[in-house]
Amino acid sequence: MSDIYVKFEDKLPGRVLEEMKVEAKANKLTDAEITKALNEAVKEYGESLISPGESIGIITAESFGEAGTQMTLDVFHMAGVAEIQVTRGLPRLIELFDARKIPSTPSMEVYLKPEHTKTEKTIRKIASYLKEMKLNEISKEFTLNIMSESIEVELDEKKMRDFGFKKDEIYETLKKNLKNATIKDSKKGFTLKPDTEEINLSILYKLKENAKDALLRGIPKIKQVLPTKKDGKYVILCAGSNLKKVLKMDQVEEKLTISNNLFEIATTLGIEAARQAIINESVAVIENQGLDIDIRHVMFLADLMTQTGVVRGITRGGISGEKESVLARASFETPLNHLIIASLTGGKDNLKSVIENVMVNQPIPLGTGLPELVSSIGDKKEKETEK
Amino acid sequence: MVDVFLNEKFVGTVTDQNEFLNIIKSQRRDGTITEKLNIGYNGDLDEIHVETTKGRCRRPLIIVKNGKSTLTEDHIQKIKDKSLSWTDLVKEGIVEYLDAREEENALVALDENQVTKDHSHLEISPITILGICTALVPFSNFGSSSRLIRGSKLQKQGLGVYAQNYLLRLDTDASILHYPQRPITKTFMHDVFNYDQHAMGQNFTIAVMSYQGYNMQDAVILNKGSVERGLGRTTYFKPFSATEMRYSGGLMDEVGIPDKEMKGYRSERDYRNLEDDGIVFTEAKLKADDVLIGKTSPPRFLGGLDEFNMDANTRRESSIALGEGMHGTVDATFLTENEEGNRLVQTRLRQQRIPEIGDKFASRHGQKGVIGLLVPHTDMPFSSRGITPDIIFSPHSIPSRMTVSHLLEVISGKVGALAGEYIDATTFDTPTEKGLRKQLMNLGFSEDGKETFYNPMTGEKIDAKIYTGNIFYLKLKHMVANKMHARAAGRIQLLTRQPVEGRAMGGGLRVGEMEKDCLVAHGASLLLKERFDSDKTILHICETCGMFATYDSYKNQAICTRCGGDAKVSPVEMSYAFKLLLDEVRSLGIDSKIELKEKF
Repeated sequence: MSDIYVKFEDKLPGRVLEEMKVEAKANKLTDAEITKALNEAVKEYGESLISPGESIGIITAESFGEAGTQMTLDVFHMAGVAEIQVTRGLPRLIELFDARKIPSTPSMEVYLKPEHTKTEKTIRKIASYLKEMKLNEISKEFTLNIMSESIEVELDEKKMRDFGFKKDEIYETLKKNLKNATIKDSKKGFTLKPDTEEINLSILYKLKENAKDALLRGIPKIKQVLPTKKDGKYVILCAGSNLKKVLKMDQVEEKLTISNNLFEIATTLGIEAARQAIINESVAVIENQGLDIDIRHVMFLADLMTQTGVVRGITRGGISGEKESVLARASFETPLNHLIIASLTGGKDNLKSVIENVMVNQPIPLGTGLPELVSSIGDKKEKETEK
Repeated sequence: MVDVFLNEKFVGTVTDQNEFLNIIKSQRRDGTITEKLNIGYNGDLDEIHVETTKGRCRRPLIIVKNGKSTLTEDHIQKIKDKSLSWTDLVKEGIVEYLDAREEENALVALDENQVTKDHSHLEISPITILGICTALVPFSNFGSSSRLIRGSKLQKQGLGVYAQNYLLRLDTDASILHYPQRPITKTFMHDVFNYDQHAMGQNFTIAVMSYQGYNMQDAVILNKGSVERGLGRTTYFKPFSATEMRYSGGLMDEVGIPDKEMKGYRSERDYRNLEDDGIVFTEAKLKADDVLIGKTSPPRFLGGLDEFNMDANTRRESSIALGEGMHGTVDATFLTENEEGNRLVQTRLRQQRIPEIGDKFASRHGQKGVIGLLVPHTDMPFSSRGITPDIIFSPHSIPSRMTVSHLLEVISGKVGALAGEYIDATTFDTPTEKGLRKQLMNLGFSEDGKETFYNPMTGEKIDAKIYTGNIFYLKLKHMVANKMHARAAGRIQLLTRQPVEGRAMGGGLRVGEMEKDCLVAHGASLLLKERFDSDKTILHICETCGMFATYDSYKNQAICTRCGGDAKVSPVEMSYAFKLLLDEVRSLGIDSKIELKEKF
């Protein structure tokens, strides 16, 4: 049976063949049927291939550009429904393709292992442990006492109860997280004293600000959590992203949990995951706007952005700045810089790409301009005489 | 203690602001102090601001005293008799103008019935919220606001009788409508504005239907029969002028027929319409290149010997002639002087403009469109009463734009035309739809404005009833004759050797960055090259040093002046713009070489 597939090994990619094998088995196809299906697959695969000389770059750019003009900037909100604000539409697309280091609204979708999703209460509890809590959020007041050279923290009893904190617990975590300070219990809360030998106002003030930001529990950078149900599965939507730390949690299903920060994905999960993230995020925007852009354009763009092993944006600092041709770079952005650098280093332009050939008015090496006719006239004559 | 400011400068304080305000206001009303003064009290800041400066926006309101309007029936009667004028009302303290600041202290009643003791002023009419152009839109309270804005903007572009003394004027881009009409559906503003004196439109019979797809999108179809009878016909005036400028050294321009030996002399034919004084005669029919005003100018730069050699040969021809594609009749000639006292010759060209495909028309409701087809009278759908419409308007233009006012005007225009009266449809004070329907029925027509129509080609009845009536349409100033443009070869820019820009110069149509991308996307490599061939040049390049070589056309060979006669020089085709780039880079001291390679 496997020899049927061997015949097609050079006609179809391995991944498609593997998929076909699984499907054939599941549907219990006969050998003849498998051959027929494989022939169909070859036909389909052939039709979705690009011919040589096709200007896929420009076509991709036009596919996004034309659709981009139709994108609405409308953001739909629902009254009375809790939601986490996420950048969408054109701004998000620009952000993705520019490969910004930090997205304007970092967010995560945290999935839990099945054993932790039995009751809503446990999900809520896990969610509340995800969210970062700072001392500021459960305190009434931070007082700067110059006389005793200390800071007095007054805790809010009600908020402590709401979030499930106990005073001695806070004391322990503060001891761990708040450096360069001695913590003492006081009537209303704590008294903080800097450890430094010399104490002045600016040190005290710094301590006060540090104390406000002292982490009590949760994962840093996770600003907001919202447990919801998505496609039948419980998800905790998070504003703010910290993929590395969240994946280390025992309750988290690491196969599904994802962030929208490309660089975080690239560093924690690898470049292939980042490539897939670019595709997923772009497709989400495109579908959200009700547009229809062929997935191959998105995939091409994602491949281009990740092919060197790091995520690079389509900017003058990224891909567009790495073009070989001096003229092509100069025609994109900051022409003067490129011309200056080229003249200092003795740059050479081989006129191999599109834009520089348009500039010098030569046929571009694309489409009809790509093939060059090579024919050996002598041979033809010989053949004709043979006949 | 309240601070008082006069024209934003602190002048003092008062203890009782109300008393102070009342004194100032009553003195203003009885004329003791100027009527142009406004006073406002700001409670938040506890400040009184008195303003007398110019440039403030002010609006008139009727003064209310003790819960009663000061404008009585007696006044209204006197105004009707013309024994009392507007300025009298202002002088008598019945009407006063408020600025934005004083308005904040006023409580204005919209209607006389609503006046209470608390009110300080009464609105003259609710229509005062609208400007002149907006108030000219009938039934405007039935349309959507964005269309009302568009409708009032379109009225400014309508062609009509823009000034009664147009025959004595020399405006650029002026047009006169041949048979202007008073709109059947008018508003209060048409009377106030003396619309009869400068009407700008005609009452069209409209049918809301499609016709062979020539009125898709916003296009309209016009009845050629109606057009031949003068519908939408205008005369276009275009002025030309020539000044006899004076230059240093007692030299000056001269209007007259240039000598045949003159530098830049056109053909004799081009001057045939000029009279002896060098000015074209009135009612001359002119075509492209014909001279309107013959003129000669002294040489631009006087060189050393030229000063002693001032015969006709050194002067230049500088006549005013018609441009390419222009034609018309000379309407009038004016001989005057300009501010500097130089002789000024002005002539005016006249052209009859009959509506053609592409001319723009609009109703007063923001429904604009261009002519898609002119249909002969015989091919126009006709109603069971034998009426053919002047214009066919697409029904698809209505739902998304919600211009209900447009539809209502069709019915009210029909009622007005049939009953022989003008319908007043002033905003907020329009006849009701119910009333119009009833009137239409009493006149013997279907109350919904629809009528049976017949297909002129087959004589068959059209299944759907067609909504038809009369509506006031404007011909807008955008006409094809002023905009149509195409070019094959023509003028080029001196610097870049690329085609010049603009219609007036016979310029090219730009293939821009995005158009270029389309050709690239199609892989049409050679077509792309051909498009950009407008500035192609052949340069000779030295293969040894990579610099431009010098071409010696006498010896018919190129020599590199740097490497000498032995160096190999090859001709290379490139765009002139790129040659310029290389020149500029080289002028910065950067040695940019071109390396050549055999193609095959």
